[in-house]
Amino acid sequence: MSRRERPYHPLIELTIARLLEFVREPEAVFWVVVFPLVVALALGIAFRTKGDEPVYVGVLEAAGSAEVTAALTKAPGIQARLVARDRADLALRDGEVQVIVLPGTPPTYRFDPARPESKLARLAVDAALQRAAGRADRFTAGEETIEAVGARYIDWLIPGLLGMNIMGTGMWSIGFSVVWARTRRVLKRLAATPMSRRDYLLAQMLARLVFLGLEVGALLGFAALAFSVPIRGSLWTLSGVVLLGALAFGGLGLLVASRARTIEAASGWMNFSMLPMWVVSGVFFSSAHFPAPMQPFIHALPLTALNDALRAVMLDGATPREVGAEAAILGAWAVVCFSISLRIFRWK
Amino acid sequence: MPLVGAPDTKRAAAVVCRGLQKRYGDVVAVAGLDLEVRAGECFGLLGPNGAGKTTTIEILEGLLKQDAGEVEVLGLRWGTDDRALRQRLGIQLQDTQLQEKLSVEEVVRLFRSFYRRGPSVGDVLRMVELESKRRSWVGKLSGGQKQRLAVACALVNEPDLLFLDEPTTGLDPQSRRQLWSLLDRFRADGGTIVLTTHYMDEAQTLCDRVAIMDQGRIIALGTPRELISSLGAEHAVEFAIDRGAEVSTSLLAQLPGVTDARVDAGTVRLRVTEPHVVIPALLLELERQRLQLSQLATHQATLEDVFVAHTGRHLRDE
Ligand SMILES: Nc1ncnc2c1ncn2[C@@H]1O[C@H](COP(=O)(O)OP(=O)(O)O)[C@@H](O)[C@H]1O
Ligand SMILES: [Mg+2]
Repeated sequence: MSRRERPYHPLIELTIARLLEFVREPEAVFWVVVFPLVVALALGIAFRTKGDEPVYVGVLEAAGSAEVTAALTKAPGIQARLVARDRADLALRDGEVQVIVLPGTPPTYRFDPARPESKLARLAVDAALQRAAGRADRFTAGEETIEAVGARYIDWLIPGLLGMNIMGTGMWSIGFSVVWARTRRVLKRLAATPMSRRDYLLAQMLARLVFLGLEVGALLGFAALAFSVPIRGSLWTLSGVVLLGALAFGGLGLLVASRARTIEAASGWMNFSMLPMWVVSGVFFSSAHFPAPMQPFIHALPLTALNDALRAVMLDGATPREVGAEAAILGAWAVVCFSISLRIFRWK
Repeated sequence: MPLVGAPDTKRAAAVVCRGLQKRYGDVVAVAGLDLEVRAGECFGLLGPNGAGKTTTIEILEGLLKQDAGEVEVLGLRWGTDDRALRQRLGIQLQDTQLQEKLSVEEVVRLFRSFYRRGPSVGDVLRMVELESKRRSWVGKLSGGQKQRLAVACALVNEPDLLFLDEPTTGLDPQSRRQLWSLLDRFRADGGTIVLTTHYMDEAQTLCDRVAIMDQGRIIALGTPRELISSLGAEHAVEFAIDRGAEVSTSLLAQLPGVTDARVDAGTVRLRVTEPHVVIPALLLELERQRLQLSQLATHQATLEDVFVAHTGRHLRDE
């Protein structure tokens, strides 16, 4: 920004000003760009396909526990160990073991049926002990394990994380800067100039788009390198979906911040509007699990539309036409939120 | 219907307002205000904190809506001609805050972009003597520099009318004088200024005409000279008695040349026409009452004395 005497159009100047303010706030850059990557890494590692994860079994110290342990250890996919009587319930609660076997004839399985992994462990243990006791299998089923790229949980998860990121950074970065400017009365000073109010609000969204490429590129590049997550659709279609998503959440961020007088009030409204979408919009688990009457509402939410479109483009190689409905929903959110913000925006 | 009838005065009026009222709940901030600012003059609203100066000036700036009354600025009205009007106004808000993370020139350039005409960024910075701070972040400026930047943002469009709300509050004497000379230059180029202040010396130095405000009303209006001479006594004598002993003000008021006497926090204030007559008589009177002076000062009457004469209070309660 050297000695430029002639200013550009106010929309451009406002966008530049917002960008400069943003990059000069190292903390903001960290929370918007670096932090989401760290989260993606952590979640990616936590949820990556774990391969052949063994079943952890505890055998209570009692008469016959050595034989039971030996039988279990011989069975494939089972890790068995002895647990002391007073430690048993703790080990179960903390997930160190998934089921406890009390040796005896017949043995007793102690487990929490609310935990899916415990139910699985119970079945595995039972099969192993039955076989050890002489039960013969009627047949041995063939197995097909899914490890194909594009069908793993991580492949499904990354587009959801991307959508969640676009939502979070869009709303926080716009919402905070607007409310900050309002509390410092910068907005009031700007309102005292002939500045077009539409230009100001548009500039907030435009400035957001500049970093969008960086943020999305970093996350996708990372996912491709670390987990070989595929991008099967065209990059243009993907960019279009990302752009629409960013505009939709930029608009929502503006709307949520359009009247808040304090940062605290704005954060409250941000969380209030984002939390339901984290849960129902299919970030970590499919939104199809929710009851049918809720589905129309869930599908009208911007994060659902964004996640569905991202998954369709990345995993199924969808064309623009195939994500048209989602794109329309995102566009509608952007336009409606922006228009309402412009009308109700508080400048003082 | 124009607020001012005759065409020649209409051309000359930069601001006209009639019957202006504004209340916040039970607080009446502006209680029926009439004023007229002529083109080319520097007009001051002088009053203590809470007098309603900011409320008044923000209504004139079109930032607040009045509850009642009419406002005309540069012959235009808020609500119909806003864009055109804003192009011609320069505004500095009380405690203007600007983007702390932007540099001085970035802020000025941003503000300049909102206006169709005006000087270049460099010229504006030269005007307010901030060229050396061109690249500094706003957050790193001193109070005086911030204030000059606020004025720079108000000057980027060569405004016809400049509104300043407490432009020098909290500044050191040197910064205040720097700003005053900047405003003098703006005046010399034909600009009109409306400013608020609670410093009587600022009003006296800068303003052609002053409206003294208290509790949402104008209690006196005129040139500083007119206002002071309306006291009928252009000098003040202030003294205090040793060990805070009591002295009768009614006796003092009868001394030759004294027009008024009051006691305020242990200090006696006399308004006098001719100090050289009053002081010998005062000393004789005190000696007769066997009272010892602990302090004695005389000064020319100021707008402060005008405010005290009208309200019995001081401008600044400190
Ligand atoms: N937003 C507001 N809400 C409530 N009361 C206000 C508000 N703004 C100003 N006031 C009150 O109106 C009166 C005039 O305030 P103001 O115009 O700021 O005075 P000044 O600028 O002369 O100090 C004060 O009593 C103040 O407390
Ligand atoms: Mg004020």
